[in-house]
Amino acid sequence: MFAAPIFAPEPMHIPDGFLSVTVSIVLWLVTIVVVGYALKRVNKDMGERQVPLMGVLAAAIFAGQMLNFTVAGGTSGHLMGAALATILVGPWAAVLVMTTVVSVQALIFQDGGLLVLGANIFNMGIIGVAVSYFVYSTLKSLAKGARWGIFVGGFLSAWLSIFVAALAVALELAASGTSPANIAVPAMAAVHAIIGIGEGLITVGALALIYAARPDLLTDAQVKKTGSISVWVVGLIVALALAIASPLASAYPDGLEWVAEQRGFLDTAQEPIYKIIPDYVFPGISNEVLATIIAGIIGTLLVFAVVFVVAYSRRNRQPTSR
Amino acid sequence: MRLFLLLHTAGGIANQLQDKMHVHFLDPYQPRFSLIHRLDPRVKLVLLIAFILTTTLTPVGAWPVYILLYAMILSVIVLSEIGFSYVLKRAALAVPFILAALPVIFTVKGPPLFNLEIGPWSLKASQPGMEQFFSIAIKSWISVQAAIILGATTTFPDMMIAMRAVHVPRLLVAIFGLMWRYLFVLVDEVLRLMRARQARSGHSDRPGLKPGGSANWRARVAGGMAGSLFIRAFERSDRIYMAMVARGYDGEVRTEPLPRVTSTSWLILAFCLAIMIFLLLFALLLWG
Repeated sequence: MFAAPIFAPEPMHIPDGFLSVTVSIVLWLVTIVVVGYALKRVNKDMGERQVPLMGVLAAAIFAGQMLNFTVAGGTSGHLMGAALATILVGPWAAVLVMTTVVSVQALIFQDGGLLVLGANIFNMGIIGVAVSYFVYSTLKSLAKGARWGIFVGGFLSAWLSIFVAALAVALELAASGTSPANIAVPAMAAVHAIIGIGEGLITVGALALIYAARPDLLTDAQVKKTGSISVWVVGLIVALALAIASPLASAYPDGLEWVAEQRGFLDTAQEPIYKIIPDYVFPGISNEVLATIIAGIIGTLLVFAVVFVVAYSRRNRQPTSR
Repeated sequence: MRLFLLLHTAGGIANQLQDKMHVHFLDPYQPRFSLIHRLDPRVKLVLLIAFILTTTLTPVGAWPVYILLYAMILSVIVLSEIGFSYVLKRAALAVPFILAALPVIFTVKGPPLFNLEIGPWSLKASQPGMEQFFSIAIKSWISVQAAIILGATTTFPDMMIAMRAVHVPRLLVAIFGLMWRYLFVLVDEVLRLMRARQARSGHSDRPGLKPGGSANWRARVAGGMAGSLFIRAFERSDRIYMAMVARGYDGEVRTEPLPRVTSTSWLILAFCLAIMIFLLLFALLLWG
């Protein structure tokens, strides 16, 4: 469209069609509950400041995702921002910021699907933020106010937020029967273990600048004000659950496939309905090749009809408009 | 990171921007006066979600139904007058994720099609695996085109009306709206940061031209840019907040009541939903 496209090596925004309806709906429900709570929580903490701050920060994360740095051989690293947002505004506000970013990316820019938007918010907005908060607040309290707590915590939370979100993507794909767990999990883990380093370095760079220019943004008060023990616990549980589930799922992919089969999304496990109903033949169409040809003809006719109608109406419109 | 795919280098962008309004280069909205543009945004959003749901629920290997679903998309593209090539170009950007589904070709059990020898491994491609892979690829390709049409034919304010109609919390819609309003301002900010970096040779995308410093240093530079972007965003949000308060903002998001859905819109909605339900039943009956 403008310049030669670069492949952003970050298969994190799942498009539509890759997750089963069951997985999509379950994750939508979780997302709705968490985002709803976050809205209430942040409204209580920030009041009328909420809308401008969340809106502008979401725009900053969105725009900040354009920031890149060359690594080698035409590849580049860039920012997802969940960890940075969590460190700067606390977990609940960060959930809202990431939800906004991911939703607008899906709705306006088709970056990630709509039916799977709940899953994408869940991965980047909820898991990414919960894990970041868990790691950052743990390291910061370990450091007891020393500077290294901010930077080591920043790097690790950024790295882990990418890594764990990627594991979640892999497990969701596996549970949908789209990608086998024993391939998807190690592949996503390996790729994102490397991508996460870039995220970590950018986050540390950002924290260094903010620490020098506006140290007040990084004080304890900022995180404590909106944070809570429940987020910490959720972060711990998420990190542990994925750390245990991922190797298990890759070692025993049959477990996930079994789930997929139970839900009827693996076609190999399914019996077509028309075989259950003996001698059932769709009126006039008994053969799949024939059905395909007829569908092709109907589709072509439909499109031609529309083209014809549009062309005809435009031809009529033009003389009158001049 | 679709933005990423659209943009290449800061310099390239700067050149592009000199003769183009920013709105045009980021905003996917294509101004036209087509039927689809004039359609109620709420109807469009509901139909889009229904369409994606239908496509996702269509069983693996129901090729005729895929063709009919795609014919629907093609018709809407023609009606919307946004141009087939525009939709295809944007849809191509969503293709890389299909890689994630590639392994199913080899892991789903069934009659083998061919063997792939990679070093010590021998991969058996099965026919059901192949069918499943192409089904996933086609479904996601069709779905993304449907979403592209919505983005290209609906302005953001209309999109917000649609979001309110499907009961996205008002506060969240207000945050979306504010984000959209300042997105272009902050993207400009990022472009200026990137131009400054390029002027100081901290970055190069041209092959053979070595960028300054180590990868670690470059990452820290990018981080510093992100940091200053955030500080500026914080300070900007403070100023915006003051300006809002000065104009009487009290934290309550007040919105105009949604306009009534006209009977024509209801009719279009019902008609399109009926087609989708019919296609889905047809697909489930024959291929389920």
